Amino acid sequence: MNKTSSLLANRRSAPTWILRLRRLLNYGDRPWNFLTIAMSTLVIILVVGVGLLMWFDSQDSRLAIGWKFLTPTLNASWNPITSKYVAWPFIYGTIVTSLVAIIIALPVGLGIAIFLAELSPDWLRNPLGWLIELLAAIPSVVYGLWGIFVFLPVVVYPVGVFLGNTLGQIPGIGIFFKGPIPASGSSRLAAGLILSIMIVPTIAALTRDVLRAIPNSQREASLSLGATRWEMIWQVLIPYGLSGILGAVILALGRALGETMAVTMVIGNSIEGTPSLLRPGYTMSSVIANQFAEAVDRLHTSALVEIGLVLFVMTLLLNLAARFLVRQVARKTPQEARA
Amino acid sequence: MSEIASKMTQPIRRVAFSKPHYRRRKIVNFGMLSLTGILTILALIPLFWIVGYVVYKGAQYINLAFFTQMPRPLGIAGGGILNAIEGTIILTVLASIIAIPPGLLAAFYVAYKPNTPLGTAVRFGTDVLSGVPSIIIGIFGYALIVKPQGHYSALAGGVALAILMLPIIIRSTEEMVKLVPHTLREGSLALGSPEWKAAASVTFPAALNGIITGILLGIARASGETAPLLFTALGNESYDVGKIIRSSIANHLGIFATFKNIISQPVDSMPLTLYKYSQQPYPERVSQAWAVALILMAFVLTLNIASRLWVQMRTARMQGK
Repeated sequence: MNKTSSLLANRRSAPTWILRLRRLLNYGDRPWNFLTIAMSTLVIILVVGVGLLMWFDSQDSRLAIGWKFLTPTLNASWNPITSKYVAWPFIYGTIVTSLVAIIIALPVGLGIAIFLAELSPDWLRNPLGWLIELLAAIPSVVYGLWGIFVFLPVVVYPVGVFLGNTLGQIPGIGIFFKGPIPASGSSRLAAGLILSIMIVPTIAALTRDVLRAIPNSQREASLSLGATRWEMIWQVLIPYGLSGILGAVILALGRALGETMAVTMVIGNSIEGTPSLLRPGYTMSSVIANQFAEAVDRLHTSALVEIGLVLFVMTLLLNLAARFLVRQVARKTPQEARA
Repeated sequence: MSEIASKMTQPIRRVAFSKPHYRRRKIVNFGMLSLTGILTILALIPLFWIVGYVVYKGAQYINLAFFTQMPRPLGIAGGGILNAIEGTIILTVLASIIAIPPGLLAAFYVAYKPNTPLGTAVRFGTDVLSGVPSIIIGIFGYALIVKPQGHYSALAGGVALAILMLPIIIRSTEEMVKLVPHTLREGSLALGSPEWKAAASVTFPAALNGIITGILLGIARASGETAPLLFTALGNESYDVGKIIRSSIANHLGIFATFKNIISQPVDSMPLTLYKYSQQPYPERVSQAWAVALILMAFVLTLNIASRLWVQMRTARMQGK
């Protein structure tokens, strides 16, 4: 009783401006709502702003070059002196390196996910998952440095020579493996291989989560029908989680498309008229990284921004697709888990 | 009903059972399951290879002077990367200052009102933003700040990195806020506290550990990025915060003007230095690049591992209770 009254007394004796502030703060919800809404809107403004700014900054190039910018021809010129810009070699480089990366990373990532979600003993599960995710934490310049001085000479060059001697001799698909690979190893293949290492953690982690979300009844049902563990995984779990896995692959593809530094450091950065994987190339992000700071010509800068715009739209579409697929899994799982 | 009856009267169809392939199925099972283990090991090889090689090459060059001296001109042995270390710190701090407050506020909004149109839009925007290639963020920073100002600056680099950090902070904070039991917040509201007070003095402290982890992960990501800095922060071999502060004091500049001087110059960062050195044909520069790689990797991986360990310890303790 005494305590309360003394507290009340204390409170009464506080200076009036503190009291006023206290009362004011009790009405702080309006500014709070305003702030949270404003900051949320900021995120949307940023996304829209990135798109709009690039749209306006690429205006020169869009008006001057038009759709010819995207003509699919490998013998295209990219020449600031003659002001001729066609973006296809870069688009081709980006697509091809990303495809190589996905083709290699998908089976590896899937295998890791299966091992982590279904097979690994409990004590090993978390440490292994961590190690795999650390692979994604290494900065991409470090990948690039290791790529230039270790990976290219030790792995890519021999593999490239081998591919050139075997697949390169086959008519038809041979043009994609036509050597000779440069002695430094810098090539589209090198970029694809480095990218595959970089996106494995994305595929592995997301697929593992998808597999873990599948209800146990599915596993039990198929095992009780006499399936082996592998048959259970391959014929039940994988089809069940297919759209989620596809979403993971698409997200990984988005990462591969946008990856800049490691690719710039190993791809060789030159435009050649050949589609071969074993020759140096260029990607959309690497041409921006290489030329943007040095571009003096207005049209040149604007053409580079237009490449950025194309890249932005590509990743945006991929993100939309991935989101749609992942959401489908989320919608499907609880219903069937109940059944 | 009659349909079922007619079905029942039909003769049982003979299914042509193929010979059971027990052995083949067992072999396939064993082979594929082992393959997943092998693939896991295969994916870990690059990790150990990269970490091991960077430590091996970097440790040969690293010494104290490397941290404390400015770069020397080519041809003169020695010198350090003080400018890049200072630049990295400045850029990261700037990015954190810019990204953390809006990130937290937006996350609180999304966590409390996920199904409003704005909430859905923000979550979608966060997804998109985290998928935007970092080089495009670089172009954005250039168009937003460098072009109007007419010069490259630490500010532009900080803004670019902040945009990269923003989705990471929003997403992790949102998840952490959602994990805080509703009863806590409701109790606070029931006692008559306004929304903002409940958020700031009840939910926020309860989620603080997770939020800090998310911020640390964002910082780890931002401090390793090169692409957005290429044409925002640009690089600056003679950037020295100490010198700027000394000259500001000598010119009787206030704190604000000093700060402005610090952030309005181009700066180097460790990833930028690493990239530039790796492109040069001089062995000295290349071995310096390895040393930078070691410092950078140690920093980023430590942040990553420490924040994850922390989370795991916290959750273990909470589950133990």
